[in-house]
Amino acid sequence: MSARPISDGKAAERRLGWWLCAPAALVMLIVAGWPILYSVLLSFQRFDLRFPDDKAWIGFDNYQAVLSSEYWWNAFGVTTFIMIVSVAIELVLGMILAIIMHRTLVGRGLVRTVVLIPYGIVTVVAAYGWRYAWTPGTGWLANLLDESTAPLTERPSAIAIIILAEVWKTTPFMALLLLAGLTVVPEELLRAASIDGASKWQSFVRITLPLIRPAILVALLFRMLDAFRIYDNIYVLTNGGQDTSSVSILTYHNLIGGLNLGIGSTMSVLIFLTVALIAFIFIKVLGTSTPGSDK
Amino acid sequence: MTGAQIRWSILNLVVVVYALVPVLWLLSLSLKDPSTFTDGKFIPREWTFDNYKNIFDVGEFTRPLINSIGIAIIATLIAIVLGVFAAYAIARLDFPGKNVMLGASLLIAMFPQVSLVTPLFEIERRLGLFNTWAGLIFPYVTFALPLTIYILASFFKEIPWELEKAAKMDGASPFQAFRKVIVPLAAPGVVTAAILAFIQCWNDFLFAISLTSTDRARTAPAAISFFTGASQFEDPTGSIAAAAVVITIPIVLFVLFFQRRIVSGLTSGAVKG
Repeated sequence: MSARPISDGKAAERRLGWWLCAPAALVMLIVAGWPILYSVLLSFQRFDLRFPDDKAWIGFDNYQAVLSSEYWWNAFGVTTFIMIVSVAIELVLGMILAIIMHRTLVGRGLVRTVVLIPYGIVTVVAAYGWRYAWTPGTGWLANLLDESTAPLTERPSAIAIIILAEVWKTTPFMALLLLAGLTVVPEELLRAASIDGASKWQSFVRITLPLIRPAILVALLFRMLDAFRIYDNIYVLTNGGQDTSSVSILTYHNLIGGLNLGIGSTMSVLIFLTVALIAFIFIKVLGTSTPGSDK
Repeated sequence: MTGAQIRWSILNLVVVVYALVPVLWLLSLSLKDPSTFTDGKFIPREWTFDNYKNIFDVGEFTRPLINSIGIAIIATLIAIVLGVFAAYAIARLDFPGKNVMLGASLLIAMFPQVSLVTPLFEIERRLGLFNTWAGLIFPYVTFALPLTIYILASFFKEIPWELEKAAKMDGASPFQAFRKVIVPLAAPGVVTAAILAFIQCWNDFLFAISLTSTDRARTAPAAISFFTGASQFEDPTGSIAAAAVVITIPIVLFVLFFQRRIVSGLTSGAVKG
């Protein structure tokens, strides 16, 4: 045997690992990494496609413009409100759905199949379903209301419908993540608790909930980050009318309607920072273990 | 039936109604005669397939549908090939940078797509990728990669790789061992990842409306949103409903045939799909 057979093998393994990861890493770097960096650079420039010659470095002026804009703060407030309310509702509904999928004595396959329909359906499609359902005259839900009301044209009801559409679509995803947690709760523990006289509610709160805490945190993290980028539902339901813009809608309108790349990039960076902050809080403060980590 | 079974049946029924009613409403709307759109009835009084005929006759939907299918399939294939390489390395090999790779994937999975829209719009305009298939395939591959890497890596970790060695000892060539032993074991994971990646690409709307400007590359969900206002005298409700039902068909087929795979993929990787 040569002097360093193991380390040669190790080195070969390393190289193979790098080579195999390289294509995927390269794509992610070019399509996500570079644009992020580029948007940071753009955010410090005055750059409006309508006046391309007027390009200049302007420091933090774009940030000042966005952060002192009431449109931005209104969109930020709407996005945060929708995120918190819809994720809270989803957690409760998703838990109920997960328990049904986990415990039902009949038709388990059927239940698990139908809940995948909202999960898989194109968000825009579902949003049109809700839009027409609430359009006065056309909609089966609108017709349950007073004839003179048009729920999508008033801010509170429009936001409520956006939340409804969001909750309907994403509760199954939440439920499936929670189901993954429920399946690892040992049955014997629950049986022992019930022998000791614990009610079903007691054993749920005292045994199940603490055991599936990691699954709950992961589900909350994923759904909150996902809800914060809400776009499709709002685009179809109100397109940001009646002050229902989310930050994503506002950024999009700024790009396509305004063609202002400097301001648009500034908003992109601010959204990214907010999402990073949410993820940081979950992972560092609440101790959410990210999937794939070997801890 | 026992009392418990009846109670569960009722609960199941509630779940089924919850999941299906909004979809059935769109189906009903798509089958309504235009003169009865405004009756607000859940079940059409008169059934017609005219709305479906219209969207394909006029042609404003055919091209976007082809774009959607082509772009989603190509993006899925690329993501799967790159994902298999990376996932194999992550599951089987020991090398520094593995956690960086996983962390970067997770970062992208959670990344707000809108943050990429402005820079990508500018970059693609300069490179001539704006409003092309490739212009959408790149971001779709990127956002499908984290999901495929996580799902495939978790599947690959479960594969009993010693079987490959055993097959070789029994006289199989390395290729035979790979094809007869490893491929059948890995195939379910690959199929699962492919389905979830396809659903994700099929679902995209934000990139599709931001990075396209005509039917050359516009996908079906984006095209549907432009049905509105094609003509101010024509009510697009029927066309939108019919097109919406058409692009839901692949999802329904996937769900019916691959229910177990989708559930296991979503729960094992615990990654956003």
